[in-house]
Amino acid sequence: MAKIISLREAVADLVRDGDHVALEGFTHLIPHAAGHEIIRQGKKDLTLYRMTPDLVYDQLIGMGCASKLVFSWGGNPGVGSLHRFRDAVQNNWPVPFEIQEHSHADMANSYVAGASNLPFAIMRGYVGSDLPKYNDRIRFIDCPFTGEKLAAMPSIRLDTAIIHAQKADRRGNVLMWGIVGVQKEAVLSAKRAIVTVEEIVDDLQPSPNAVILPRWVVDAVCPVPGGAAPSYAQDYYERDNSFYQRWDPIARDRDAFSAWMKAHILDTDDFADFKRSLGRELEAVNG
Amino acid sequence: MADLGFSATEMMTVAASRLLGNDSVCFVGIGLPSTAANLARLSHAPDVTLIYESGPIGAKPDVLPLSIGDGNLSLTADTVVSTPEIFRYWLQGGRITTGFLGAAQIDRFANINTTVIGDYAHPKVRLPGAGGAPEIASLAGEVLIILKQSPRAFVERLDFITSAGFLDGGDARERAGLPGKGPTSVITDLGILRPDTESRELTLVSLHPGATVEQAVEATGWPLKIAADLATTEPPKADELAVLRDLEARTARAHAGAA
Repeated sequence: MAKIISLREAVADLVRDGDHVALEGFTHLIPHAAGHEIIRQGKKDLTLYRMTPDLVYDQLIGMGCASKLVFSWGGNPGVGSLHRFRDAVQNNWPVPFEIQEHSHADMANSYVAGASNLPFAIMRGYVGSDLPKYNDRIRFIDCPFTGEKLAAMPSIRLDTAIIHAQKADRRGNVLMWGIVGVQKEAVLSAKRAIVTVEEIVDDLQPSPNAVILPRWVVDAVCPVPGGAAPSYAQDYYERDNSFYQRWDPIARDRDAFSAWMKAHILDTDDFADFKRSLGRELEAVNG
Repeated sequence: MADLGFSATEMMTVAASRLLGNDSVCFVGIGLPSTAANLARLSHAPDVTLIYESGPIGAKPDVLPLSIGDGNLSLTADTVVSTPEIFRYWLQGGRITTGFLGAAQIDRFANINTTVIGDYAHPKVRLPGAGGAPEIASLAGEVLIILKQSPRAFVERLDFITSAGFLDGGDARERAGLPGKGPTSVITDLGILRPDTESRELTLVSLHPGATVEQAVEATGWPLKIAADLATTEPPKADELAVLRDLEARTARAHAGAA
């Protein structure tokens, strides 16, 4: 049952070293603030899941929080590579790191299978692709009715799912809209769920088809206004495209990265403090 | 080369856009495919349906998206569905007529690589990975591929097959049981390549104005087959160029505010 608590308490209680954790979001509503809090608390040996790992995963990986990443597309959208991710893959920096690579259709289906409490997912896919040669969790089965060859993948079953949404009410029911990605499936495939939200309101006034996660499938609701930035929250704020570009040179260099993370994340108290710290830096740069 | 009044990239984008029509239901990749697909929508095919893997169906963005899930895609779409729904019902369900992909590398049978250059465990270049491409390439009714032609991109042998084209050629794709027709055109900055009807090997069928056969051969990492009746691509019409340039200028203005 959802408790409305601070993000610091939620991460301390619900994310444990060695957990299988997803911070999901498909360009929209990416839970950056929650990723920062995991880094601040020095969580380790996580197996991270995400269809589209981007900047916050570059940060988590570069700070040594993850020993493994399960993913289907990793990059800085519209800019280029994730340099910390590449350094981890190529050089095991800063900690030994492995990847398990899928396609989007596979991960989407595997989340659905997890949410559906099935052992595995099936789909038409991967025929002719080399991915199954490098990932033994992609296999093929024959349809028991038609004999058709289908791809099969184990369900995704998370310890903790973390997402960002627009609103929750005071009882902890969660409302989100716009591009909703696989967030509902991630929450329903997890033992524990943390939702950061833009605001807490008296009455959600949802339309009947809005994506609602009832409070009894969520463990913690944490008010973090702006907590998806630099990604966007539809009807609240736009994507900060300039941050995605600024991230590239920071992440290219291990020392520049470590200094940036120390100044803006390790040495700040929370996301509001992080934003103040970043604001001061931008002011200094822009005079 | 003489000034033709348009760039090779503009020619490539216009040539690709002409392959979409009002009845196309197009699963759009980000970057060049998205530019060409939106040019089609804003010029000769106003009723084309554009679907992005993040969930928007019938997106009509006023400026080009920087990422696959930009807000202007969902705000202009007929409907926005979840990512599992996009892949399960709409792509796997057989509703997509045209998959539109880019690639880092392609081989003579139009198999594509977006995973790694070099050894998988010790890559020379780690690329972003598969995303939606493997299933788009296998399940869409047909596939269009757009990328610039160079020896680094058009290679004799792929380091990694991310998404299947015609596999080893001939009837290999049909034998493997892939439902869609596979790649029907590869549009480059030099011309248009189409698979041979028997061998399925990519063959240069049209050369863009200003490009030469020698250039195309040099930019290809295998001995490039040239069609006997090699055509010249119709140059961009004034209105096609105007719409494309206007779209790109609007996009640059919209994204400059933040950059």
